[in-house]
Amino acid sequence: MSSLSSGFIIIGTFGSLLAFFLILYLNRSTRNPGRTTGHNYDGIEEYDNPLPAWWFWGFIITIVFGIGYLLYYPGLGNFAGFGGWSQVGALEASQDAADERYSPQFAQYLGVPVDELMHDVTAMRMGRRLFATNCAVCHGAAGTGSDGFPNLTDAEWHWGGSAEQIKTTIMQGRQAMMPAWEPALQDQGVTEVAEYVEQLAGREVDATLADAGQERYTMFCAACHGPDGSGQPMMGAPGLNNERWLYGNSRLRIEDIIRHGRNGQMPAFAERLGEEKVHILAAYVRSLSSQ
Amino acid sequence: MNEFIEKNLALMIVLIVLAVSFGGIVEIVPLMSQKTVTEPIEGLKPLTPLQLTGRDIYIREGCTVCHSQMIRPLRAEVERYGHYSVAGELVYDHPFVFGSKRTGPDLARVGGLYSDDWHRAHLLDPRSVVPGSNMPAYPWLFDTPIDTEVLPKKLTALRAVGVPYTDEDIATAGAGLDGLMEADAVIAYLQQLGTLITERR
Repeated sequence: MSSLSSGFIIIGTFGSLLAFFLILYLNRSTRNPGRTTGHNYDGIEEYDNPLPAWWFWGFIITIVFGIGYLLYYPGLGNFAGFGGWSQVGALEASQDAADERYSPQFAQYLGVPVDELMHDVTAMRMGRRLFATNCAVCHGAAGTGSDGFPNLTDAEWHWGGSAEQIKTTIMQGRQAMMPAWEPALQDQGVTEVAEYVEQLAGREVDATLADAGQERYTMFCAACHGPDGSGQPMMGAPGLNNERWLYGNSRLRIEDIIRHGRNGQMPAFAERLGEEKVHILAAYVRSLSSQ
Repeated sequence: MNEFIEKNLALMIVLIVLAVSFGGIVEIVPLMSQKTVTEPIEGLKPLTPLQLTGRDIYIREGCTVCHSQMIRPLRAEVERYGHYSVAGELVYDHPFVFGSKRTGPDLARVGGLYSDDWHRAHLLDPRSVVPGSNMPAYPWLFDTPIDTEVLPKKLTALRAVGVPYTDEDIATAGAGLDGLMEADAVIAYLQQLGTLITERR
């Protein structure tokens, strides 16, 4: 702030305080105490009495308090106050206090491998809170996911289920990329491939259509989803040889996915949470699946 | 003197206005020349026409009634939402959309927090992703095309109050946006919110 603005604030503030005091002081006595002012409002008259003493002194005390406040806290332009208080300083003090209190515990957990940490009751309680704050919005409060957002409690890991893989997923995020196959497959191809995908999942299907679908599957889909439909964690390609569906299980949805593709995205949390919290979360997510 | 002022209405009005405005003048006027308030932080760019459209829809639909965009410098808020909001992030905002009530969470740094797919599912039917949510659904955003014709006027108006759009920006404001729906604009707006400051403290 320029010294001009600063001076303006200081003069304005103390000018106001002085004006308050003068108005108050000059009105502490009146000309005709005990008599009426002569005003008459529909028969209601007004005494010309001074302010009651408690009111007068109450006002004086607020002015004195105000001056003290302005000297202690930052309020007068560039003057930082004798108390040294600042909004950011107060925030940092509370952050430092929290760090001091919690960081030894976080550091200790960081040293424990994820597969051990998932059996630590306290750590998992922390994990549940972290999950509720940061993950539940997409993956559900119980980790069961929703349409288009992976269920973390089943046996399926789209990006791999090892401790390291889960940590990488949380830290760096993931971007799945299934292209739209409608242009390449055409309507007939989409129907056939959908038929074969249902067969992979173990459903009863039309054998002729599924056989034709298998041929196309090998050509277009197997590179990511695997020749046997077991999926590919490197690409985040879900396994298709089961009844666990990320984007819905109806025939209509399966065809829609083949037609238009899907681009599921997991945001990165490295900067938001830091490795210590991600480590606990990874253990919590691991524990969800093994339950 | 009391009697004199009371009996001269015009003088009393002037004195009342003076007395009432003094606090405001002392608090507001110096802010207008303060660099932390008037200078953009590094990397701040004016909203793209698509994001700007989304912002206007955000205002139109009353998102500010339930969502604030102001992270206060308190530990609990910084833990949950990220670095506290700073004035330099908001110098191109006209008008501000701070909001004053949090029925839903603060959105000042919601950019990048969820995927575009999540925002689509959530705007179409909030309960489909957050079962306990009491946010209304906004299905009409998905079949209302955005108004591209008004964009050059919007950019011109914003330039008049100090947002640095170039002549070229204004001339090409509506380009390439045909066929996009209002939901696309809202999501484009949300996904950039608060993304310039990523550190936590």
